[in-house]
Amino acid sequence: MTILVIAEHNNAELNAATLNTVAAAVAIGGDIEVLVAGAGCAAVADAAAKVAGVSKVLLADNAAYAHQLPENISLLIAALVQEAGGKNYSHILAPASTNGKNYLPRVAALLDVDQISEIIAVESADTFKRPIYAGNAIATVKSDAAIKVITVRSTGFDAVAAEGGSAVVEAVAAAHDAGVSVFVGEELAKSDRPELAGAKVVVSGGRGMQNGDNFQMLYDLADKLGAGVGASRAAVDAGFVPNDMQVGQTGKIVAPQLYIAVGISGAIQHLAGMKDSKVIVAINKDEEAPIFQVADYGLVADLFTAVPELVEAL
Amino acid sequence: MKLLVAVKRVVDYNVKVRVKADNSGVDLANVKMSMNPFCEIAVEEAVRLKEKGVATEIVAVTVGPTAAQEQLRTALALGADRAILVESTDELNSLAIAKLLKAVVDKEQPQLVILGKQAIDSDNNQTGQMLAALSGYAQGTFASEVNVAGDSVKVTREIDGGLQTVDLKLPAIVTTDLRLNEPRYASLPNIMKAKKKPLDVLKPDELGVSTASTLSTVKVEAPAARSAGIKVKSVDELIDKLKNEAKVI
Repeated sequence: MTILVIAEHNNAELNAATLNTVAAAVAIGGDIEVLVAGAGCAAVADAAAKVAGVSKVLLADNAAYAHQLPENISLLIAALVQEAGGKNYSHILAPASTNGKNYLPRVAALLDVDQISEIIAVESADTFKRPIYAGNAIATVKSDAAIKVITVRSTGFDAVAAEGGSAVVEAVAAAHDAGVSVFVGEELAKSDRPELAGAKVVVSGGRGMQNGDNFQMLYDLADKLGAGVGASRAAVDAGFVPNDMQVGQTGKIVAPQLYIAVGISGAIQHLAGMKDSKVIVAINKDEEAPIFQVADYGLVADLFTAVPELVEAL
Repeated sequence: MKLLVAVKRVVDYNVKVRVKADNSGVDLANVKMSMNPFCEIAVEEAVRLKEKGVATEIVAVTVGPTAAQEQLRTALALGADRAILVESTDELNSLAIAKLLKAVVDKEQPQLVILGKQAIDSDNNQTGQMLAALSGYAQGTFASEVNVAGDSVKVTREIDGGLQTVDLKLPAIVTTDLRLNEPRYASLPNIMKAKKKPLDVLKPDELGVSTASTLSTVKVEAPAARSAGIKVKSVDELIDKLKNEAKVI
């Protein structure tokens, strides 16, 4: 069996979610190849070659893949599979990032197979666990397809070591440009704080924050703890903060060592995104708030006094 | 131009589902069903495009049981002109749904298809992308802004690090994210009017689509429960617990 893992990267650096995805491939078992598709991304391929457990890196370095437009990337991946005879790869894995979620279903459709989304555990080479209904149920699904197309939820798998491997890097010459989409631009949030997905500590605010300006308190707290800052859907819907901060069923899924929920009531859609955190702290003035049912430590207090006090004391 | 908007009948987002005792699935007997929230956003966007004069006709489509006509009537009440139910009682996977929608796209020839980014029951986030692949169309997933201009559509997308804008050749597929718009409520007169709007029922066989799947559900279980911890009395006690008991700071 040979498993193809699609690397997550920004043409300069290998994103850590790739390491969790390789870990899922290790759990399945077999040779692991990593595809790095981008433009000017040779450094990423070199980094991928060092990842523990990887036997080969395929480098598709072409302007057509610069922004990983799904129309082009999916043609590339489907061609790699079909050129190999369709049987050479037993699995295709990608991180369940917004990027992986964007192109991988397209690959599955081109290959005429079902996709298994956001697996959190590998039972065997053809059987996987995945959350449904906002994590209120866990389904075990079995695939009889010749090739299994899977997105991997990073929090379900401990990352493999970024160093220690010595895979060969092989260039893939094919340029697939579907010619139907053009990248116009992007606005990426600039922050010195850790990325939500990989942060050891996450501080999140909800509707109780009352407005966007009050999030400054959480940034102050996060800076003391070296934490990433998230928000509930209610806070995003109310326009306090941008959507890329959303933690929950339809936002980001996090599982840090410490999750501090501030002014968050704890709707099931939010819990879906953070209930696998190791330690959960809730600060809320409503002692009936459902968040306290999952919190290891609950503090019933007005966040506008408790948070500054916390910042002061740390 | 003609718009196709796909909707799904799902368990209402306020319902906390329970796993069946025999682990065969979740218990949906006597549970409130609604239109998937992301599909409501899709319908709203279609209606706004019609109000702006960009779209001339909105066709709502769903794949599901007879009862899914309710969600189509809702779409009609919100402003869709006519509706199509592809009737199937089977629990279909995203690929099968995408194939059925592709058959409807071939029939209707819309310039733009708008879908929700994911359904809150299966949480798959696949159908729009698969439909785009099967049709050979460009896709603008997780949209927070949609601007149609001439023969292309500019879509701003919610991505992990922020926002990305792409320009897609029409016909194209758009899937909606939360901030695209705030869906309206249907007014009573519009609900009454919707009852008279045309609603066609098709069968997968008539569309010549096989809905066979290679996936099977082995079992469905409740997640490991997380028990409530303790309440601390003060910030100082909280810090002490985090330092000395949980050892996380």
